[in-house]
Amino acid sequence: MNFIFDLHQTMMTQKLILVYQGDFTQETTKSILTMAERSLEASEEDPAIKRKVFNVMVEALQNIVKHNEEIDASERRNAAIFLIGKESNRYTIMSGNPIPSTGISPLKETLEEINALDKEGLKDLYKKIIQDATISDKGGAGLGFVDMARKSGEKLWFDFPKMSEDCAFFCLKVNVTKEFAD
Amino acid sequence: MDTLHLEGTEDTPRVTLDKKSGTMEISGRSLPEDSTEFFKPVLDWIEVYAKDPNPASVCVFKLEYFNTASSKLILDVLYALEELPGMRIAWYFHEEDEDMEEAGQEFAELVEIPFDFKTY
Repeated sequence: MNFIFDLHQTMMTQKLILVYQGDFTQETTKSILTMAERSLEASEEDPAIKRKVFNVMVEALQNIVKHNEEIDASERRNAAIFLIGKESNRYTIMSGNPIPSTGISPLKETLEEINALDKEGLKDLYKKIIQDATISDKGGAGLGFVDMARKSGEKLWFDFPKMSEDCAFFCLKVNVTKEFAD
Repeated sequence: MDTLHLEGTEDTPRVTLDKKSGTMEISGRSLPEDSTEFFKPVLDWIEVYAKDPNPASVCVFKLEYFNTASSKLILDVLYALEELPGMRIAWYFHEEDEDMEEAGQEFAELVEIPFDFKTY
């Protein structure tokens, strides 16, 4: 039974206010968003912060839903994880989901490209991607990541710990700092 | 021609496209699971409308939020509207919502339609 206490303590240490692991569908996305919205309301957060946190959450959650579809249905249930951290001056939105190892390199390239850009550069990249008529259904060609970077105002933190020969766990962390939102 | 009316939901916007009253409005939140599927009837309606449009049209956007998948489709809607005579966009945003204001300004930079910015 100790794991319950351990998990609770970990959540306290890591300043986590929400951790979700389970089905990631449009329905669960909506439920998580509703919970988060209520929590933001209750904390009387600045409207700009609420908006940016909400934005980043939607993109992170819908990314997981989209990429979960590539995983075998039998393994989908506990494949991914979503977390929100809250500290006095910022919110941290985090996600983890499995991806094929072949996907690491292109994804890393996209994220590094985004991290190298300033505000104007991100705006230009956003406009470039959105005008590209060949955005596939599966991805927005990184549009979601660009949007997260714009709303965050900081670099996107990411890592790809190995799960198996064919699979890695794509971890993403996005900060929304209160001063930036002002 | 037929009116298109879609009630807003938690994750899809309210849509009203009515040639007779000249109403074109998309409002609320847009985060559908499949934005292409959601916006298809909107694009289809505009395609039909374009064959016999009113002499001038205004499309109102009063969005609280839209995800990036929707932004691509909103641009597609704007591209379709670009073809219409006397077209204007009324882009609404909450007074303090700089993000929505900025989003409207960016769309305005991408299409050849005059935008009027309004707060609510």
